[in-house]
Amino acid sequence: MSALGGGGGALRNASTALAISSTESFAGTPSCHTKRVRRPPGSFYWLHAVTPAPPLDTTTLKQLVFVSDYAESMIPPEIGPQKSSSQSPRSPSGAPFLSISVTDPVKLGNGVQAYISYRVITKTNLPEFQGPEKIVIRRYSDFVWLHDKLADKYKGIFIPPLPEKSAVEKFRFSAEFIEMRRQALDIFVNRIASHPELKQSEDLKTFLEEDEEAMERIRSFETGIFKKPADLLQMFKDVQTKVTDVVLGKEKPVEETDPEYEKLKHYIFGLEDHLTETQKQAVRLVKRHRELGQSLSEFGKAIKLLGACEGDSLGKVFAELGSKSELLSIKLQKEAHNLLMNFEEPLKDYVRCVQSIKDSFSHRANAFRLHCELTETTKLKEINLEKLNLMRSDKTREAEIEYRELKAESEEATRRFETIIKRMNEEIVRFQEQKTAEMGLAFHLFAKGQAKLANDIADAWRNVLTKIEAYSLSSGHD
Amino acid sequence: MMGPEIASGFDSPPEREEMESLALSDASASAYRSAMSSIPASISASSDGDPLLAPPPTLHFPISSSASGHGGNPATSTASSFLDPPSYADVVFSPFDSHNGHGGCGSGADNGSLLRSDSSPRSARAAKSDYIKISVSNPHKEQETANSLVPGGGTYFTYLITTRMRAGFAANGDGESEPVEFGVRRRFRDVVTLSDRLAEAYRGFFIPPRPDKSVVESQVLQKNEFVEQRRSALEKYLWRLAEHPVIGKSDEFRVFLQAKGKLPLPTTTDVASRMLDGAVRLPKQLFGEGAAAQVVPQEVVQPAKGGRDLLRIFKELKQAVTNEWGGVKPLLVEEDKEFLEKKEKMQDLEQQLSSASQQAEVLVNAQQSIGETMGEIGLAFIKLTKFETEEAVYSSQRIRAADTKNVATAAVKASRLYRELNAQTVKHLDTLHEHLGLMLAVNSAFSERTSALLTVQTLMSDLATLNTRVDKLEAASSKIFGGDRSRLHKIEELRETIRVTEDAKGCAIREYERIKENNRNELNRLDQERKDDFLSMLKGFVINQVIDSSIHILAHLEQVAYSEKLANVWATVAEDTSNYVRGNS
Repeated sequence: MSALGGGGGALRNASTALAISSTESFAGTPSCHTKRVRRPPGSFYWLHAVTPAPPLDTTTLKQLVFVSDYAESMIPPEIGPQKSSSQSPRSPSGAPFLSISVTDPVKLGNGVQAYISYRVITKTNLPEFQGPEKIVIRRYSDFVWLHDKLADKYKGIFIPPLPEKSAVEKFRFSAEFIEMRRQALDIFVNRIASHPELKQSEDLKTFLEEDEEAMERIRSFETGIFKKPADLLQMFKDVQTKVTDVVLGKEKPVEETDPEYEKLKHYIFGLEDHLTETQKQAVRLVKRHRELGQSLSEFGKAIKLLGACEGDSLGKVFAELGSKSELLSIKLQKEAHNLLMNFEEPLKDYVRCVQSIKDSFSHRANAFRLHCELTETTKLKEINLEKLNLMRSDKTREAEIEYRELKAESEEATRRFETIIKRMNEEIVRFQEQKTAEMGLAFHLFAKGQAKLANDIADAWRNVLTKIEAYSLSSGHD
Repeated sequence: MMGPEIASGFDSPPEREEMESLALSDASASAYRSAMSSIPASISASSDGDPLLAPPPTLHFPISSSASGHGGNPATSTASSFLDPPSYADVVFSPFDSHNGHGGCGSGADNGSLLRSDSSPRSARAAKSDYIKISVSNPHKEQETANSLVPGGGTYFTYLITTRMRAGFAANGDGESEPVEFGVRRRFRDVVTLSDRLAEAYRGFFIPPRPDKSVVESQVLQKNEFVEQRRSALEKYLWRLAEHPVIGKSDEFRVFLQAKGKLPLPTTTDVASRMLDGAVRLPKQLFGEGAAAQVVPQEVVQPAKGGRDLLRIFKELKQAVTNEWGGVKPLLVEEDKEFLEKKEKMQDLEQQLSSASQQAEVLVNAQQSIGETMGEIGLAFIKLTKFETEEAVYSSQRIRAADTKNVATAAVKASRLYRELNAQTVKHLDTLHEHLGLMLAVNSAFSERTSALLTVQTLMSDLATLNTRVDKLEAASSKIFGGDRSRLHKIEELRETIRVTEDAKGCAIREYERIKENNRNELNRLDQERKDDFLSMLKGFVINQVIDSSIHILAHLEQVAYSEKLANVWATVAEDTSNYVRGNS
């Protein structure tokens, strides 16, 4: 029954895509998806299959088919989709699982308004969810909405980072960029789904289950009425306090002086610098692989032509060298892609995570300031109240109510601040462990890819070498 | 050093014909002796100390004895030549020692010696030449004696050229069996003279091209760099000359390498003064009587371009234009089909060579920069490791730091390997550049042929004109009985001219045939050499790639081994994290 529902969603999606693709020259994309989707809830396969597939650039096709190991690995195995398929959704006795996949990026709309929509497939046996499988269509801004909601509600938690908002216009709809973003979004949702606290969020459920119209409504409602003014108000307040601080010559807003915390801050800022540098080099390394591949292929062509001038069997050796060069050039391009997906992207993600930690620093600082201010005011009120009590003023009652309210507020602020501290302390442990695992994998894939490349190179050249030796033997006998 | 008695042996500018037959007279032989005896002490000591130091011809890499840094010390150069490829032993087994640090992108000196340490067939060819050592060293700044008008142009560099001949080829050729070493000082201008003389004397041969005068570089580059560049270029050039089967044995070359003091080869008069010369003769040729208008047979063997004979230049130019536009079939055409095909093939080859050598350069650059970037990424990881280790609070951070360190080490190693590989690639692909340079020589040899042909054609059409004139005169004079005296006289004169021109034509044809023969031989030789060179280039290039990749694999074996370790580490960590996830869900 869920398959039917899913099929309906797919139908909608596919037909939209079809409509778009017939008017735009982006028709290759949906057909790519059929190749890439690895977990087929078989029923909606045929829908894609009917889509005529004018061949997209074959290399991009290949690249899209080239599934990132990195993305795969980010889904903890026991909640991974592969397992979930073996678990019958009808037997809720199995371990609770929640697995999400972001698939099928499709370009919709035109010109400046063009955007990519993704299919978000949820599979779960959690009772809070509507059913074992749900498919919704989401776009990037929906993910942003989810991120902001969580960031707002779960202060102190390092909210999983989103991929960068916009790339250079030229690359915005390149197959590689789309695939990288899809992968990053997949990781983003699954990190939330595997986070002990975040996965219980109502917003996540909304994001995963509401149909598109409802989602739209919720978003416009919030952004229209609440979110923005609240934000503006907060910003205004911030500016105001800053101004008054400056005007009244007050000391700088109170800062935490906990040495542990200082150390953490220092660490995170340093880490960001180092990682940014490393990531920059990784980007370059990808580029260098491409360049080497390019020049090797050009070299191969030139050598082939030169060999043609020589003629006879030496010419054949040249041709052999040339075609091997071209072959290796393709391998280099592949490795460049592998590097990009499995090495550079994780590093970039690392940087983003660090930035998300920095966000929580500012939340913490705000909470701390509020906590201090309220404690201060409460104290003043208390003194004031005592005075009033002594004077037995009429205002005592009023003041007492005011004091109580303020005290409650202050306690709330303190509690919030303490929650943030507690959360951050937990989060930093999680962060370190997670990153050790992720970087370990990235390193592993990096090393594996490089080793494979080196092997391929050695094999190819060894092959040529035997040919050369055969030739020099034969020519030696002549 | 000037030794006037030596100069006397050579100073009178010998004509080409004379040069060819220039047997080394007794006087010059004694000059050579004296030159030998005045060889700098250190060198003669080393050669005298072990006079039987005639090395086995197979093992020696005379080229690698370039020994750029250690000028003229045979011991070190020999030692370094043993380290050279084809074994690559040092590269394979100790790729990470500090010695190789300067491998890829070293200074000019390094590059120079790397480029020269050639692979087998080339050295085999070198082994056939009379020389077992040619080294250019010890550049020395000298003051120009004549005041130069160009400011700062008053100084020049001289280079010490040390050569040792193979036993049995000693200077005087009288069967002396010990290798003899010579040391002369030459400046670049002398090299120019040598190459000009060779170009005149060996028309039709593929004479290896001389290094450029590079006026611009001398201004732009640092003095030292420039001198070093020129030094190694000169050495390379001299070796190429020595390896040439004919040029290497030529007297001009020998004199250049062995005659003490000032270079005795005549400097060819520069074009401007030749033109003047020609201009003086021109009116005589146009209006003058008899002999002045005649072509001197000996001169037709030289190309007319030199400017000595303006009339000839005009005539040949006219002939060329006629050939081109007139549609008149010249009396003698290039009919050598084989040659024409070959010529076309060579042009094709030149084009492919040039594009291949361009691509090779791009490839080398790409390889260089991937190595550099790999190194930079290694460095970045090293910094990250240091940082993480210093700041570590949790054990997971330490694990990560250890992983990072492994990657960093591997990356740095890989970077070094790339640099090593690149140095080798540069060395082998240099063959392409070298042959591209040789194509220049081929082209000039071909144009010598063309100009010789043009000379023949011009002379033939001259003859035709003269014959018709004679015929006309004869016809006219035969009408008058008893003959017209002046006409008869004229006919006599013309007959004389025809006779001389016939001679000249004979000479020119012989010269043309000689050039043709030279062309043919040289083409065959070049084909063979190129095959050998290319084969060794391919082999060297591929072996290096394989070997390098295997080192790569070695490094990566570590890397794979370690990445397995890493995978284990990761697996355990993953288990931990998954426990964590499960625990909280």
